[in-house]
Amino acid sequence: MKNVITIFNREFRSYFSSPIAYVVIGLFLVLTGVFFYLLMSSFLQYSANLQWQAARMRQPAPPVNVNHMIIRPLFSNISVITLFVVPMITMRSFSDDKKTGTLELLLTSPVTTAQIVAGKFLAAFSLYVIMALLTWVYPLVIVFFGDPDVMPVAISYIGILGMGAASVGIGVWISSMTENQIISAMGTFVVLLFLWLVGWFANFSSGAIGGFFQYLSIVEHFDDFAKGIFDTGHLMYYLSLCGITLFLAHQSIESLRWRS
Amino acid sequence: MIEIRNLTKRYGSFLAVDDITFEVEKGKILGFLGPNGAGKTTTMRIVTGFMPPTKGTAIVSGFDVVENPLDVKRRIGYMPETPPLYVDMTVEEYLNFAARLKQIPAKEVKGAMELACAKVDLNNVLGKVIKALSKGYKQRVGLAQAIIHDPEVLILDEPTIGLDPIQIREVRELIRSLAGEHTIILSTHILPEVDMICDEVVIIQNGKIIAKDTPDGLSKSMKGAERLTVVVEGPTEEVSSVASATEGVNSILESTAENGHCSLVLECDFKFHVRKSLSNVFSKKGWSLLEMKVKESTLEDVFIHMMSSSEEEEA
Repeated sequence: MKNVITIFNREFRSYFSSPIAYVVIGLFLVLTGVFFYLLMSSFLQYSANLQWQAARMRQPAPPVNVNHMIIRPLFSNISVITLFVVPMITMRSFSDDKKTGTLELLLTSPVTTAQIVAGKFLAAFSLYVIMALLTWVYPLVIVFFGDPDVMPVAISYIGILGMGAASVGIGVWISSMTENQIISAMGTFVVLLFLWLVGWFANFSSGAIGGFFQYLSIVEHFDDFAKGIFDTGHLMYYLSLCGITLFLAHQSIESLRWRS
Repeated sequence: MIEIRNLTKRYGSFLAVDDITFEVEKGKILGFLGPNGAGKTTTMRIVTGFMPPTKGTAIVSGFDVVENPLDVKRRIGYMPETPPLYVDMTVEEYLNFAARLKQIPAKEVKGAMELACAKVDLNNVLGKVIKALSKGYKQRVGLAQAIIHDPEVLILDEPTIGLDPIQIREVRELIRSLAGEHTIILSTHILPEVDMICDEVVIIQNGKIIAKDTPDGLSKSMKGAERLTVVVEGPTEEVSSVASATEGVNSILESTAENGHCSLVLECDFKFHVRKSLSNVFSKKGWSLLEMKVKESTLEDVFIHMMSSSEEEEA
């Protein structure tokens, strides 16, 4: 455990000693902020319209559902934006060590490959968690001015974190296979994009294949979280994806020793 | 201290290290010599546990690299050819990380860092970012990383490469001073280096050991055949034929003529009194002998001699 913490500390600090953490978090907050603003604006327009119509009819305005109109689409958007940002978080993970030769330091120190993988994953995932949780201001604004259901917000965050664990796992795995950061980022992006789009394919295929595609889709699993439904099945999907990719990362680093 | 037994490493069909066996005693410095691509780095990487051997094994302080890699890694300090530095960190941060990675207890980290920095003289750059350091300092940081946990065994892959002459001398002195407490394997292709700092030499080529001896022993093994430079005032062709007819002269390696002087490089067998008979022969002919010099064979000659003779064997 101490070894994992040692690796974690160095990795995590390196995000902040380079511009990566600031750029990634900044970019993420700007993008999610734009979506939040647009959702808020259209919601305000819609509810103003309703009120105006109700006033014309001399009737009380019908209630509008903030959860349904803002929170659910907001988290869906956040979940998709993370797919674009995660490759930037994980692109250096192993690639940089492979390129500069520092992997040789790690692999000749008295630590196991599993500890190295765990430390690197936890560092990337922690940055992701910080980034994702900084979006708390958006629901807070809604709580301040409206009266949303808070439970779905909490459940959405569980979903965001689960999805993050899976996508960061994928990123760490891809970066373990190349010493080129660009390839690492692009590869991760392509895999994540595939896991997103595969949900669409599901709509056009039927039966078992459709069901399989649907199950594979990383975003499809998020829908229920965004709706405020906590289903352990979806969480299991994310956690097993995370586990499998980290296992693959471990194997790819171990195999380096054999092939070189 | 270090035992390497029948070590073999194969990359696909390429045999990088072919059944090598040698030992290094405690406190000794072993020079690992060979041309580029001979298998030096591969051997070192196997000893450090970076990669497993295809066959055979290496035993460090009684621990087998294949069976107990973590025990071996705890006892080894390794500096690869390019120092493994996180260039965004300061020297202090980096050494702190290296100390913890090598499992120095938290309380002792500070002391270990101070000791390592004092040994390689890094104290005036502690707060600097590694990126900004000169190559010599980077090399020293790499060395500090290798010795920070006071390992029993040090493996240094071409530690003086790319340094300026003053830095090279400093690093050599440093390595010399580390012997005794540490057992050291050092790879290089610079021969005077081996002569200066190593207690033993292993020469490898194409993955095979072609010589194993002390630096002195290697030079002595070449003493049988030595080179002689003579400068004589006389006609080149005649001088050459007279010289080659003298007993003990094996061959004429070079002959040049200049202003009526003729200078020859001869390979001689010193069992015969070559110098005496040559000077007699020349004076009988009436040529004046201007210069006669024995060329000591350096490790370089040994090296080239061995390289070429082992190539001949293979051919």
